[in-house]
Amino acid sequence: MRIPILKLYDYLLVSIQWELDDATALGFQEDLLQKIHETSASGVVIDLTSIDFIDSFIAKVLGDVFSMSKLMGAKVVITGIQPAVAITLIELGVSLEGVMTALDLEKGLEKLQQELGD
Amino acid sequence: MEFQSCVKIINEWDIVAARQLGRNVAKELGFGTVDQARITTAISELARNIYLYAGRGSVCIEKEYVNGKSGMKIIASDEGPGIQDIRKVMEDGYTTSGGLGAGLPGVRRLMDEFDIDSFPSKGTKVTAIKWIR
Repeated sequence: MRIPILKLYDYLLVSIQWELDDATALGFQEDLLQKIHETSASGVVIDLTSIDFIDSFIAKVLGDVFSMSKLMGAKVVITGIQPAVAITLIELGVSLEGVMTALDLEKGLEKLQQELGD
Repeated sequence: MEFQSCVKIINEWDIVAARQLGRNVAKELGFGTVDQARITTAISELARNIYLYAGRGSVCIEKEYVNGKSGMKIIASDEGPGIQDIRKVMEDGYTTSGGLGAGLPGVRRLMDEFDIDSFPSKGTKVTAIKWIR
């Protein structure tokens, strides 16, 4: 199953609604980079409000998506990380250092606007 | 032992099946959302290790009742190549697969009890328990 990527002005919006298996996560990585390329989007919000756990593999994929998008010239903000997910990730030893985050979709869009200065 | 449920790990979708089983049992036992996330994540790491390093194996879930405490035990076993240096794989950031190297030391931190047995060319067995608080 593919994760839908929506375009909103200069931004791309992604809401991950179901548990990610490895293949879906890697497929998403490619789809998103392709979509950034096609639309010349300057910012991306990935919302994880519905996700109730993240393991080291998914964390690596998300961290990589952030770095790869940056390489292409687009900023990524990850939003909506649940308390249980934050606790588990830190205990696991994954801090997603350097990845831009915000509390929710709204704050994520505000952060992108500040970062991109528009 | 009154309850045991196992998932065979052969392909990457079995990782999803194993963590769904774990999450369902954790919910049923009355673990809170944070512990459910810890258990699900631990199972995911262990199942992925089996898939990546041994190719096949199994993840079993047992309900544990000891001295008035109840909890959940995860047993991840395989007959893969085994681990050459257990001390090394328990170090944060050590990886031979290009991952984050968070797996085993992370699982130890997420769970309350952790035990690993590995014999080169015979396989690996990881046992971890989470108690209900």
